Formats: sequence, structure tokens, C-alpha cells
Amino acid sequence: MSTGTTDRLGMALNVATVAASEPERRRRRPLSTAGAWLIFIIGFLYFFVPLFATFEFSLRAAKRDPVTDELIKPSLAAYENTFADPAFWSSLAYSFTVGLITIAVSLLLIVPTAYWVRLRVPRLRPAVEFVTLMPFVIPPVILVFGIIRIYSGPPLALTNTPNGSDILLVGAYVVLSFPYMYRAVDTGLAAMDVRSLTEAAQSMGAGWPRIIWQVIFPNLRAAILSGAFLTLAIVIGEYTIATFLVGTKPFGPYLSLLGQNKAYEPAAVSLISFGITWAAMGMLALLGRGTRGRVQVAGAR
Amino acid sequence: MTFLELKHVRKDFGAVVAVQDFDLDAETGEFVSFLGPSGCGKTTTLRMIAGFETPTAGAIHIDGRDVTTMPPNKRNVGMVFQSYALFPNMTVAENIGFGLKVRHRPGGEIKRRVGELLDLIHLPDRGDRYPYQLSGGQQQRVALARALAIEPSVLLLDEPLSALDAKIRVALRHEIRQIQRQLGITTVYVTHDQEEALELSDRIVVMSEGRIEQVGSPFEIYNFPKTGFVASFVGTLNAIPARIEDAASGQLLLGGQHIRSASPFEGARGDAVAVALRPEMISLEGIEASTADSGDNRVRATIEEVSFLGAVVRFKVRVGEGDESARIDVDTFNNPNLAVPSTGSPATITFPPDACLVLGRDTGIRGVDALAAAEAML
Amino acid sequence: MTTLEAPGTRPAPRRLPAWVGVIPFFLFAIAFLFLPIAFLVIGSFQTIQGEFTLQNYASLTDNSYIQTAYVNSIQISAITAILGGLFGFLLAYAVILGGLPGFLRDALMTFSGVASNFAGVPLALAFVFTLGNVGLVTMWLEDIFGFQLQESGFTIYSIAGLAIVYMYFQFPLMVLIIAPAIDGLRRDWREAAENMGASGFQYWRYVALPILMPSILGTTILLFGNAFGAQATAFQLTGGTIPIAPVVIGAQIRGDVLRDPNLGYAMAMGMVAIMGVSITIYTVLQRRSERWLRS
Ligand SMILES: Nc1ncnc2c1ncn2[C@@H]1O[C@H](COP(=O)(O)OP(=O)(O)O)[C@@H](O)[C@H]1O
Ligand SMILES: [Mg+2]
Repeated sequence: MSTGTTDRLGMALNVATVAASEPERRRRRPLSTAGAWLIFIIGFLYFFVPLFATFEFSLRAAKRDPVTDELIKPSLAAYENTFADPAFWSSLAYSFTVGLITIAVSLLLIVPTAYWVRLRVPRLRPAVEFVTLMPFVIPPVILVFGIIRIYSGPPLALTNTPNGSDILLVGAYVVLSFPYMYRAVDTGLAAMDVRSLTEAAQSMGAGWPRIIWQVIFPNLRAAILSGAFLTLAIVIGEYTIATFLVGTKPFGPYLSLLGQNKAYEPAAVSLISFGITWAAMGMLALLGRGTRGRVQVAGAR
Repeated sequence: MTFLELKHVRKDFGAVVAVQDFDLDAETGEFVSFLGPSGCGKTTTLRMIAGFETPTAGAIHIDGRDVTTMPPNKRNVGMVFQSYALFPNMTVAENIGFGLKVRHRPGGEIKRRVGELLDLIHLPDRGDRYPYQLSGGQQQRVALARALAIEPSVLLLDEPLSALDAKIRVALRHEIRQIQRQLGITTVYVTHDQEEALELSDRIVVMSEGRIEQVGSPFEIYNFPKTGFVASFVGTLNAIPARIEDAASGQLLLGGQHIRSASPFEGARGDAVAVALRPEMISLEGIEASTADSGDNRVRATIEEVSFLGAVVRFKVRVGEGDESARIDVDTFNNPNLAVPSTGSPATITFPPDACLVLGRDTGIRGVDALAAAEAML
Repeated sequence: MTTLEAPGTRPAPRRLPAWVGVIPFFLFAIAFLFLPIAFLVIGSFQTIQGEFTLQNYASLTDNSYIQTAYVNSIQISAITAILGGLFGFLLAYAVILGGLPGFLRDALMTFSGVASNFAGVPLALAFVFTLGNVGLVTMWLEDIFGFQLQESGFTIYSIAGLAIVYMYFQFPLMVLIIAPAIDGLRRDWREAAENMGASGFQYWRYVALPILMPSILGTTILLFGNAFGAQATAFQLTGGTIPIAPVVIGAQIRGDVLRDPNLGYAMAMGMVAIMGVSITIYTVLQRRSERWLRS
């Protein structure tokens, strides 16, 4: 950030002050400012045209005026239908619940582990890092493949029990959350002096649960929240693992099914899904302000 | 012969005046230092010579040519950066040969020249290392060789040693000076370390708040500071509060005792002033063989603190009592025969009248409030 | 964690070794990551009767359906990685060094964070609404230019269409990863180069691009892996009509389309191998670049 900004600042100031006396030697760039604008505009269009198209499509649903019995277009009918659909709400609720449980489990695993690795067993750090990077190597479709095969038959037949599949889903999502949860928490731990904080707490007589719960967790709030929001964004939009493990219950498969059966409602729901991603990323950007190197990407699906 | 010339150079950054009224004539082969506290405009001036900044006003000439608005890549000026700025993707040899490569010199010539320079910086077998494999001191030597490779007309160094350890700093500055002498290259050296400037330079430009305070040889700068700023910035200085008794005859009251200054000053009887006095110009009577002259000032004092600084022993003594009292540093060369007095014991300090520089509150000196400085030392 | 004694306050009768503290994490990783993968690994070396064999891997190369799937996957991943990498780099360069207003940079970084995470079903749908048969851009092209997208032979439900969709998360990912590297280019380097007589072009040719190259290459390879592993987007868009590796695996999970579960495991392992190689290359190149940018 700094080099770029000061550079630009310097250039702006140069131009401003020198203009009166001498023509400033132009900084030679391989790309002119016009070229830079062109590229930016292409990127801007790539980003927004599909969103706008989705929005436009969602308004194409016609609505019958109750008085004149005429068809009104454009209308918000697609949104009204969506909000009136109990499956929409139940899928959203299911995915939110799974997301929250995933976050809780992931934090319970990652925070003590990252803390303990930093404080006591640094030699295990490469092993832990390796594990947390595995989800980058194992695509979700492979992960769910393995999970289904191993837990669908004896001795670990979980897929046939009432909540077994839900548990497997959470387990898979927790694994998926490892890379960014661990990085976020580890960066957070690096930013505070773990050892001194721990020793200060110990000297005041705190035990391990209290240290982790009352000293480490509160100091990691920003890191934890950013990991949590990313996890939430991933889980709510996730399709592959969800559809193979629990069918159409979650939001992603619900939207997929909707996309096959309805015309305009999928556009409305896609836009809502995008809004959720945007909100989560917005929170992340807000929390990440001033901290560098935060992982922001969970990968494509 | 004047080789590098800056005429009334000024640089504004928006509302900030970074440099103003900067005049300098450097001779061919001269080693000139810019000395001053951080933010006084040294780097900005250097960057104008290199061409990274264009002066708001004024002109810069190198070897008779006006280069004021010439782009940096046309100037043939070598620059050594504080952060080394070695290209991390290139080996040491590639770094050094870079300037020749962009000039499309034949490969054989580049190779030979790089070899010479590696010898010059005493790293003959490090040509194929990468910068991150070298220590800081080695990296800076490579940066120096790289700047010299293009046979620049002027060599510019911006605090080249400030990122290094004290020991390497001293060794490397000798090396820089020796290479500069050997090549006879006109050099501008920016530093905020007075010791460095005093040791290396043919001439020192002392700067403060974007202006030149004084230009002179290290001897002149140290012994005959023209302003309070120079006096206080270069060397250790006692700034002792005193009162004027009689300006015409140079009589002052220091801690209630009479002293005389040989340098002229103005003011009315009773005016508060500060007396600038270098610690090494003051002697403690009785602890070493007396070198005192009969005309020297003699002042009664109390020893407050004794510290050994290696070759030098520094005494802190207090003169006078209450409001009029002052604390003074006195330096003596260390030797085993010193009769070191204990703290609290009375002593007499002596110093020659011509060692006292009298600074008033309104001497027109910018940058320092001499009295505030004097009070701060209490 | 509660199995560990509290430090200091109470005397410790018997201390557990410190590594006990990370056991829950590893147990979890075994249950939900290593066991499932181990199952696939072992299965890929077994016949249906459970005997050791290498035949599954040999079959990967002579089954034309699997081959098509891999070729399609590699093609689409490579194209979108290269184009996405190139465009992402240019975009990051444009906002950081191209002289655009500073706020655009922050805007771009936020967009990129969202777009690189906005993948799967809704993304596929968004492009159907854009470039599908009745999509907005399809209609624009027809209304304004009289251009019939369908008759030109293009359809969003093709490999080319899929590539266009993938680009939506590919180039933002490049922006996110390459921006810090571009920031890492120190002003000193440019000035040192200029000082030694280099032109702006020479600076880019000899200094800036070589310094950025490990990051650019590494990230491009990461993009390759990123696209290679994506299943939901392709499945939603094409419904499995175009065989690409992750979609074939998906079909294999639903029912035994390969007519041999163990062949399915081998195919999954092939994907993991390709992903593993790309992530490893990325990590190595990224390390080098970090070392350079730090020194
Ligand atoms: N690019 C710039 N934009 C605005 N102000 C600057 C810039 N460069 C230097 N300055 C200001 O000019 C003054 C002199 O800076 P500098 O020459 O770097 O001082 P020095 O090298 O003596 O420490 C400082 O007040 C600094 O803040
Ligand atoms: Mg400076």
C-alpha cells in the first residue's frame, strides 16, 4: 500500500507545484493512464453486467394487477414469490445454522491449537500448517466423495442415521474453513504478545480454560470475526458438498433446484445470495482494515 | 574548478518548503557532506541533484552543464541509497553491471569492469551471490560498486551507513572515503551523524529547516561555529545560562562568579544569555597536570557525577546555587594517573576566554533558542 | 484443553506432554480429511475384489470418457488461468501504478474479495441471465447490433461459455494475490534503475517484471488449480453435458457412471495429484518472491 500511495502522492504534488515553473518530466509508464482506465472499465463491466442482468431478469416476472387484471411488468413478483416460499426460508435457516455450528466448531479447534502451537509446540507448526492447507489441494467434490464412501458403510455408517449427514456436513465445512480460520487466528496471535499475556494471566492465577476464554479469545476478536464471516459466506453458498450429503435442504442446492424449475425466482435468489456474499466480505474488509495478509479467498466452487 | 554547482535552489512540496536558498560550489574531486537533523531537506537536495525531484526554483549545473530539468537516466550521476536498493532478482555481478547493460556495452567489457569493481569493494568472489545472501555491509558495498560502475560524474550517498551496525559503519566509512580518494570522484554525502561528517568530509554543509546554516571544513565547523545551531548540533556543547555584566569588556556572571569571553557580544547589564562551551575546552584543576593559562577563567564548582566514556572521562559539575546555578560537562582524557574526585567534592574548573561563545535570545539565530537549550541542560 | 493442568497455581502431580494439546485438532483432521482421502487412495489401488492393482491408473489413460473429461478440465483451467492471470495483473497494475484515483484501488480490492468468493450456482445462473438465450446481453446484442449470438455458434453452455463464467472468479483472485506483490516493488528500485541510465521500459524489462514474475507465474498456477477443482459452477451451467473432471466425479458419487468404483477413486486421485502439483509450484514460487521482496 505505502509505496503506491506515496508514489502517487509524490507525483500529484510534483505536478501541482512544478507546473508554474517547469514542465515536469513525464513519468514514463508502460501503460498510459488512458490504458489504465480502459482496463479498469472492462473489469468494472465484467463485474457488474452479470449482476445487472440478474437484477433485470428478476424484474421480468409479471404480476397480475388485482383490480384491472392486467399483467404488470417489470414487477417485484419474483421477490414476493421467493419470500412467500417456505423452502426459501427453511433452506436459508438450515444453511445459517450449519454455518454457525461450523464456525463454533472451527474456532474451538483452531484457536486453542494455533495458540498452543505458538506457545508450546512450535515444532508441530509445519504439520498443523500442512493440514490447514490440505483443503486447497483436495477439491470439495473429492472431499465429499471420500466422506460419503467411508461413512456410508459399516463400521461408520453415519449417512443413514437421522442427523448423521448433518454432522458430516459440518465436519466437511470445518475442514474447508481450516485454511483461512487458521491464517486469520495465527495472524491475530502474531499481532499480540501471546507469551506475555499468558504469563501475566498465569501469574494472576488463571487456569488454561480461563486464559483461552477470557484472555486469548477477546484479543483475537477481529481475527475470529473475519474468519467467521468468510466461513459463513462459503457455507451459505456452498453447493457440491451440501447436495451430495443432505440433498436440497441447504440454500445452495435449493437455489440450484429452483434454477431448474422456475424462470425468474432464481434471479431474485441469486441476487440475494450475492448480497449475502457482499455483506460478509464487506464485514471482512471493515475488520481487515489495517491488518495485512489476511486470507480472503476460499477458492472456487 | 567548480564541478557541481547549486544556485538558489528551492523545493516546495505543496505548502511545505523542503529546501530554500541552497547555494553550493563543489570542486572536482571534493567530498562534501550535508549534515543536519532529520527532515532538514538533505535528501530532497540530493534527489534534486540526482534528478528525482525537479527544483521549484534555482538551477543545478554539473561540469558546466545545466541539468536542472534533465531526466535522471540522462544525468550520469551515481546514487547510493540508504536501503541499498539492490535488485533482488539479480546477482551481485548483474547488479553492478546493470548500468552498463542498459547502455548496451559489450559483454566482455561489462565482465571486466564488474571484476574490477568487485576487487575495489573487496568482494572478489561474491559476484554470483544474490543480495539476500549478503550481510547489510556487503550489500551496501555492492550498491556503491553499482553506482560507480557507470563512471558517474558525481557520486551521491544518502545516509548509506545508517542501517548498519556501529562497527561496520566505521569500517565502511573508511572504505568509502578511500575509494573516493582513489577515484577522485566528486561526492555528496548525506548524513545526520556529525562524527561521520567530521571524519569524512573536505567540506561540510550544515543544514537546518531547509536552509544552509554554515559551509566550511570540519575544522571550521567544529571550532568556529557561526550559529548557535551549528554549535549545538556539531559536537557536544555546554549551553550555560549566564548574565551580562559588561558587554564591552566581555564580562559575564556565571553562577554568581565572574568570567570573561573573548568573542564579542552585545547586550545590557543583567541580560540573560547562554555561554556555549565545549566540554573538552574545560579543565578540572588538581586532577591532571595543569595546562591553565594565567588569563583563563576560574570557576568554583561541585562534582555531581563522574562517567567513564572509554578514552574520555566526563565530569558533570554544578556551578553556583539556586536559580543561578548551572550544570556543566567537563571532558578529560582518561589515564591511570587521574586523581578522580568523588562526587560531592568541591572543584575548580578553568577555561580560556576565547572558548566561550555567547549566545543571546535574540541573536537572530534560527532553529535554536539558545536559552531554552541552556535551561534544558540544567 | 481442560485435560491439561492449570499452570503455576497448583502443583503439577503428573504433567502431560505439550503435544497432547493439539490432539483434538489432528483427530478431527483424521476423521474428516485424512480417513476419507485414505479411503480413496487405497481404493484406487484395489480391484473390486479388494486385491492390489495398478490397473485403475492404467485405465485412466485408455478410458476415452475420462480422458475427455481431463482434457476439457485442463483446457478450461489453463485458458482461464492465463487470461484471468493476465487481465488480473493488468487490472491490479492499472489501479496501483496506472495513475488512477486512489479510491478505485480500495473499491477494486473489495470487489475482488466478493467476486472471487462468488462462485457456484448463483454465478452460473447470473451468466445464464446475461448470455443465455434470453439473457440481457444476448438481447442487447440483437436489439442494438442485430447480432444473433446463438447463430454465431456461441452458447454459454459450452466450454467457451464456461470459461467466460470462470473468468468472473479467476481474475479477481489474481488481483487479490498480485496486488501486494506490486505494492512490494520499491520506489528505490525504480530510482536506482533510472539513476543508472535505464529507461522506463528497461526498468520494467529487467527489474520490475522479473521481480514480479514468480508471483505472476505462481498465482497463474494457483488459478489453474482454482478452476480445476470447481464443480458447482460447471454442473449448474451444463448439467453434466460437458464432461469435466469434477463433474464426472460428481456423477460417479451419484451413481456408478464409470461402471467401476475403483476407477472413480483413481480418477479422484488424478485430480488431487494435479491440484497438489499446482499448489506446490505456487507455494515454491511465492516463497521465492517473498524472499526477494523482503530482502
Ligand atoms: N515527496 C514529498 N512530499 C511532501 N513532503 C516531502 C516530500 N519529500 C520530503 N518532504 C518534506 O520535505 C522536508 C525535507 O525532507 P528530507 O529532504 O527527506 O529531509 P532529510 O533527508 O534531511 O531528513 C520534510 O519536511 C519532508 O516531510
Ligand atoms: Mg533523508
